[in-house]
Amino acid sequence: MRDKIFKKLLVGCCILVLLVCAGMIYSLVSGSLSAFNQYGFFHFIGSSEWDPHPDRETYGALSFIVGTLLTSFLALIFCIPFSLPVALFTGSYFRGKKIATFISSIIDLLAGIPSIVYGLWGFYTFRPIIIDLGLNSQGFGILTSSIILAIMIIPYASSLSGEFISMVPNELKEAAYSLGGTRLDVIRTVTLPNAGSGIFASYILALGRALGETMAVTMLIGNTNNLPRSLVDTGNTMASIIANQFGEADGLKLSSLIAIGLLLFGITAVINLIAKFIMKKFN
Amino acid sequence: MEQEHIQISNPILQLKDVSISYSPGKNAVKNVSADIARNKITAIMGPSGCGKSTLLRAINRMHELYPDIKIMGEILLDGKNILKMNPMEVRRMAGMVFQRPNPFPTMSIFDNVVAGYKLNGISLGKSEKEEIVERCLTNVGLWNEVKDSLFKKGTFLSGGQQQRLCIARALALKPDVLLMDEPTSALDPIATNRIEELLLDLKNEFSIVIVTHNMSQAARISDYSMFMYLGELVEYDTTQTMFTNPKDKRTNEYLSGQFG
Repeated sequence: MRDKIFKKLLVGCCILVLLVCAGMIYSLVSGSLSAFNQYGFFHFIGSSEWDPHPDRETYGALSFIVGTLLTSFLALIFCIPFSLPVALFTGSYFRGKKIATFISSIIDLLAGIPSIVYGLWGFYTFRPIIIDLGLNSQGFGILTSSIILAIMIIPYASSLSGEFISMVPNELKEAAYSLGGTRLDVIRTVTLPNAGSGIFASYILALGRALGETMAVTMLIGNTNNLPRSLVDTGNTMASIIANQFGEADGLKLSSLIAIGLLLFGITAVINLIAKFIMKKFN
Repeated sequence: MEQEHIQISNPILQLKDVSISYSPGKNAVKNVSADIARNKITAIMGPSGCGKSTLLRAINRMHELYPDIKIMGEILLDGKNILKMNPMEVRRMAGMVFQRPNPFPTMSIFDNVVAGYKLNGISLGKSEKEEIVERCLTNVGLWNEVKDSLFKKGTFLSGGQQQRLCIARALALKPDVLLMDEPTSALDPIATNRIEELLLDLKNEFSIVIVTHNMSQAARISDYSMFMYLGELVEYDTTQTMFTNPKDKRTNEYLSGQFG
């Protein structure tokens, strides 16, 4: 009897979560309908015009889609040379040693720092460096945000890919050593190729995090609504335009912001699905 | 305690007072001294935990991957102390085949055979590689079975074929000695039989040391046998003498199935 009640309770909770999720998708879709109806879906995502003037209101998401993809992929590229060595260090060279545990817990600590703190640090400490280097007069922009984003995703990329590296079976590594390989040879010819798809999936998941990251990027990207022309140009990402503008939006503008939210949701969902799929194949 | 073991002339390997410990003060292998014959099959038998695999893995310095393991004594390969050589060089000279077939799953059959060269940074010409692959696969009787699928991954092969591929991979580097750590324990009787026949062929070219806890396998294929118990080398003789006239009570009890 109590078992049955418990089971019903569990089922009920799961259904509730699913309903909340479905409700969110429904309200995102219904909220964005008026923007899509006004401009057409493909025109909306293909236009970089963002003009809130009441007489000639037009909204397009292209600048923000480009801003999002640019910052995220740059962050991914910047994070690889740091996260891959960390993953090899903790997952292969010093696997199971105290030093590896120490380093991975420090890296995990990085993952726990709130986004707003990264934003603050970027704003007051990192931005002046960009100004001093003469890259950009105010220090805001795509490059600044990408570098901070890269630091933010290093812990995700390195701890996950380290996990996959340490999962490469010992018997394969022993086989490689028994043929006279050095550590570097074994990593190059056996460990990395065998952990390859897992490492790839880790980076896709890290990319997924970068795509949706809001606070730090909002503080550092410069909040302009134009299509970024260079890496040191200012701009907005899909997340940061919403964060910057939702407070004073209504009507078509609100609908456009919701539509951008829906697109962002779609992109991250697809990215996460791809990563999960690759990992499932790996295991 | 110390017994006189069989004398071998012109040995390929000489173990001199070899002890191996996993933790300080506890020896898994205790003061083993033995000479191992050239172009013969020498079997190391004994119950689980007697130190036979531990001893075998000392010969190609596999233990160095695990820093807690310490080796004492001397191991001479062709007269040279391997413990004083570069471990990579030792491992090229002493090829190893493991308990479970472990071909590299990301590489094709072809690349698996020449993996040793790739791992050592030796680049070979295309025809050299082809020559090595054909020779080694022929050596292990796999050439006719896989010659049309050389560039497929080795994972579709049966367990026995995979193990023969692993032997070919070890042979490709032309080792002085082939170390085999229970190479048939994961295989069915038919595949086991093929590998045993293969070893009898290979001993013309290579010296083989095989660890087995299958006594009848030792009786079938080996020329010399060692019996280890609790880390000690209890008895070492020709296989024929060992199986017909064991000198030590423990050997006799093991061979007659009273423990193990």
